[in-house]
Amino acid sequence: MSLFAAEDLAVRFGGIKAVDNVSFEVEQGEVFAIIGPNGAGKTTIFNLISRIYNPTSGRLTFDGQDITEVPPYRIAGLGIARTFQNIELFSNASVLQNLLIGRHCHSRISVGAQLLFLPSARRAEVAHREKVEDVISFLELERYRDTLIANLPYGVRKIVELGRALCIEPRLLLLDEPSSGLNVEETEVMGFWIEDIKKDLGITVIMVEHDMSLVSMVSDRVMALNYGRVLAMGAPAEVQGNHEVIRAYIGGDA
Amino acid sequence: MRYLFKTRYQQDLALFRHGGDRLNYGLLLVVLLLVPVMLSEFYVGELGAVFIFAITGVALMLLIGYTGLVSLGHAAFLGIGAYTNAVLLQKGVPFVITLPASGIMAALAGIAIGIPTLRMSGLYLAIATLAFGSIVGTIFQKWTAVTGGFDGFAVPTPTILGFPIEGATGVYYLSLAVLLFVLWISMNLLRSPIGRAMVAIRDSEVSAQSMGINLSLYKTIAFAISAGMTGLSGALFAHYVRFLAPDAFDILLSIQFVTIVFVGGLGSLHGAIFGALFVRLLPQAIAIGRDYLPSAIGRMPGLEPSIFGLILVLCILFEPAGIHGRWQKVKLYFNSFPMYRRTSFRRQRAYARSERLR
Repeated sequence: MSLFAAEDLAVRFGGIKAVDNVSFEVEQGEVFAIIGPNGAGKTTIFNLISRIYNPTSGRLTFDGQDITEVPPYRIAGLGIARTFQNIELFSNASVLQNLLIGRHCHSRISVGAQLLFLPSARRAEVAHREKVEDVISFLELERYRDTLIANLPYGVRKIVELGRALCIEPRLLLLDEPSSGLNVEETEVMGFWIEDIKKDLGITVIMVEHDMSLVSMVSDRVMALNYGRVLAMGAPAEVQGNHEVIRAYIGGDA
Repeated sequence: MRYLFKTRYQQDLALFRHGGDRLNYGLLLVVLLLVPVMLSEFYVGELGAVFIFAITGVALMLLIGYTGLVSLGHAAFLGIGAYTNAVLLQKGVPFVITLPASGIMAALAGIAIGIPTLRMSGLYLAIATLAFGSIVGTIFQKWTAVTGGFDGFAVPTPTILGFPIEGATGVYYLSLAVLLFVLWISMNLLRSPIGRAMVAIRDSEVSAQSMGINLSLYKTIAFAISAGMTGLSGALFAHYVRFLAPDAFDILLSIQFVTIVFVGGLGSLHGAIFGALFVRLLPQAIAIGRDYLPSAIGRMPGLEPSIFGLILVLCILFEPAGIHGRWQKVKLYFNSFPMYRRTSFRRQRAYARSERLR
């Protein structure tokens, strides 16, 4: 059985069908890329999966569980983490604090124990810190540990956001345009991180991406969207050569 | 400049960063404990009031500075704490129960206001809390059976384990103890998941939610904790003023509290203390200054509120990090002398949540 499935997913904003009967399945351990021109509905699908939007119709299943009605703050606890297209870090907090917030869904300490900082709270904090340090060394963020996000260059912020998502210890990772705002070199580095995440951590990845070099470098399967509809699905080379896809990007009758 | 070499994760969880901090704060505490011996009753009373305002400042700092929720109704929570304490004392309930009861009462009121205003932020939340403040103010005036209305009533002297807490000195020590307790709770909070969730809500609600933070729950918790601390401060306030009348808890008091937070410096507990010192000492300075001004200005009725407002505006415009931020800059200047660069703090921004910044 596949890890994640969307069945006949549709969402309508007023008269606009942003996502129109999209179905796809993502297998455990694969990197699944969603491509498409601007406004194709890629990020909308992410917002549907992370439950920021309610689908007009359709069903989302994760690990055999129906998540169509789950409130958005429970998604992380189920094991689905995400990053954002324009980086949504907590910019007045340090890298360490940001990563620790990623551990939030794993904290089980009562309000009273936190207010009095009982030994149980202290132990839990140290345990979270150890997990966070694993992520810091995995992504080589050691030298930025105590830096405020507001003082970091854009490329590093992208990695920190990736790290914050990894702190959730997800089974499914949603990456919204991991290469946006990065130069060619940084994009390649991002590609290596995604490969490591897949191979070393065994995390399944769904990513929205425009950069075709990154898509063909890391993804196992690609889904192309246009106007909220699926144009093509399959291996990267296959989708890239698809006439419909080329037409959607370039226009005319290619 | 001091460089900390950290070898254990526990060091990042410690209340004091290093031995030097421990020494400095220890000395400060010793000095504060000796103040009633060294200074006259008037100064002891004033400093006690600074502590009471600092408690509210810390409470409001958690809400505005750390969670990004602006409240213009904190005078109401102060009033709820004050009346709960005084009324219960009058009924003969011992002070060791009435003090926590005033905190709990105000916290419950905080939950009551928190739940309906969860979806609001920025200006709208400020207006809603302002309305709450004036509703509570009206209740204080009209519910004469309990509050005595405009006639007010004298607050009974509290006793702890048979010792009466009398005069400026008693209130001074009591307020200092409660302030230390509230600071300790706040520091615990800020190194725990709740504190981080609050900061997350302040900086980005959408990503806080996708990190698994239940926005409504944590906003309500923040409101309840802030209101509860303000309630404790209110109980002490009752003993500071000694005579409760409803007009003490008006909008001007709420604005003074907000001034503490903004002038002190958003997002730092130090800021709340600096702010409280500033807000309590400014009226004294104005009173002294009046004598030196031309009588047309010096005798103007609205002088004090207008100076408060002016300072609030100037502070938001020119030093969003407040007194604490300025202090950090001065410290860095001397620490790194002569290498200080003006741009060191360039990237820092005010993070009061407003419609403009979102």
